[in-house]
Amino acid sequence: MEATEQEPLDVESIRADFPILDREVGDGAPLVYLDNAATTQTPEQVIDVFSEYYRGYNANVHRGIHQLSQEASIAYEEAHDRLAEFIGADGREEVVFTKNTTESINLVAYAWGLNELGEGDAVVLSEMEHHSSFVTWQQIAERTGAEVRYIRVDDDGYLDMDHAAELIDEDAAMVSVVHASNVLGTVTPMRELADLAHDNDALILGDGAQSVPNRPVDVTDLDVDFYVFSGHKMAGPTGIGCLYGKQEVLEDMEPFLYGGDMIRRVTFEETTWNDLPWKYEAGTPLIAQGIGLAAAADYLDDVGMDAIQAHEERLTEYAYERLDEFDDVEIYGPPADDRGAVVAFNVDGIHAHDLASILNDHGVAIRAGDHCTQPLHQKLDIAASVRASFYFYNTMAEVDALVDSLDAARDIFG
Amino acid sequence: MSMGSDMYRQQILDHYRNPRNNGELGDATFSHEGYNPSCGDELEFDVKLEGDGETIERVAFRGDGCAISQASASMLSQKLPGMTLAEVKELDRDDVLDMLGVEVTPMRIKCAVLSEKVVQDGAKIYEGEADVDQTSTEDDD
Repeated sequence: MEATEQEPLDVESIRADFPILDREVGDGAPLVYLDNAATTQTPEQVIDVFSEYYRGYNANVHRGIHQLSQEASIAYEEAHDRLAEFIGADGREEVVFTKNTTESINLVAYAWGLNELGEGDAVVLSEMEHHSSFVTWQQIAERTGAEVRYIRVDDDGYLDMDHAAELIDEDAAMVSVVHASNVLGTVTPMRELADLAHDNDALILGDGAQSVPNRPVDVTDLDVDFYVFSGHKMAGPTGIGCLYGKQEVLEDMEPFLYGGDMIRRVTFEETTWNDLPWKYEAGTPLIAQGIGLAAAADYLDDVGMDAIQAHEERLTEYAYERLDEFDDVEIYGPPADDRGAVVAFNVDGIHAHDLASILNDHGVAIRAGDHCTQPLHQKLDIAASVRASFYFYNTMAEVDALVDSLDAARDIFG
Repeated sequence: MSMGSDMYRQQILDHYRNPRNNGELGDATFSHEGYNPSCGDELEFDVKLEGDGETIERVAFRGDGCAISQASASMLSQKLPGMTLAEVKELDRDDVLDMLGVEVTPMRIKCAVLSEKVVQDGAKIYEGEADVDQTSTEDDD
């Protein structure tokens, strides 16, 4: 593949929406931002919506009779409709705003897990879960006496689906699996896992933190019971995430946080809960962030999720192939043409953190460490790796900048 | 060239490639290990005290991690013999950075100070002042 080949997106005009991409770092090196799996940059259109809220109609929601509160309430509620549409949910009842993916998983773990799990139950995870899921279910299992099982990841980075079918048996109560790995880039067969779970009367939670931003996702097609993702990885603000839950599941579940706005009626004797999704949004919610996230969904749909996925696949394939030319580079995960928009690798003889420090001098921002997946790194038998992750505003030339700057590290450590 | 690459001066790379006092002491008075979760660096130090029970006679260490953490351990292992445990406990971040002799970028300070923290915690445990299984750079002093 050539870097000059025609691209599915007009990246030049897209980049104009992201002023941060023009900045320099260090001694004047142009920024090459390749840490998108950690957080993505925010377009002007989202920043504008955010500041319009604070400039024009900042007020608490669901409380005031006054006009500002009405305007804020409507915008905040409609943001739920927008996100429901974005992921193919039936409506706002199925979309709970949270702080991030981690809080979404914790909400399910506390509200459902603590109440429903016990001795003899199993929670089935994969070996490549992010700590947000791994640690949470491990702790809930310890408290409830449930067992945690881990679906094997094979040498090519794929889930061993025969092993999955073994582990998801009649004892399985919850299957919680990442949809796209933040390290290996593996995209898991979520629908197949959902069918396995449902055949055994288990629920399934899909971690969409690395898939919702990068490819079209339809939770109804996936038939998942829960699906979780973060706003700051999809061109939205920090501090906002989503929990999708099937309406009947969310209706049956106990609340997570108690307080204002999540109640219908409070007396000295008892309290009844508000309608969905507000039952799960206690206290003053993330109003500006929620409205901003809806603006991010608008922006992504304007660009087009199919085009975003196609562009990122080209970037990823090109990065993989260029890195794979070097004998001293080891890449982790599935082949170039079958992965999400991340490439984790190591350069022989150079620790990931040393590599990231040197690349930073060349303006290249990548992640180095265990990427919140220590068990997976233990399995790969490496202490750390560097990870380049792409978004639709990245260019082939930026991939070249990454690959070419590795030579600077080789010069120092060679 | 700006700060990040400035860290990798010849002296740092030399200690990284040829760590001094690398290995184990069969007659160690105490040993202690530590971990830097942000980087994945690991270090274990063996310390042999002189007959007075407070002056360091020899040290050895083994570890795995980035150049900054391993060079820091190697350089510290040369600095420690002759120091008393009281003096070791007085060492602070600036002493370590002075010893390294390079500008360490803020995100890499934890790599630089791991060796110092491991030896200090080892000394405190030996003297009964602390009780930690494993030192972590995430724990505050």
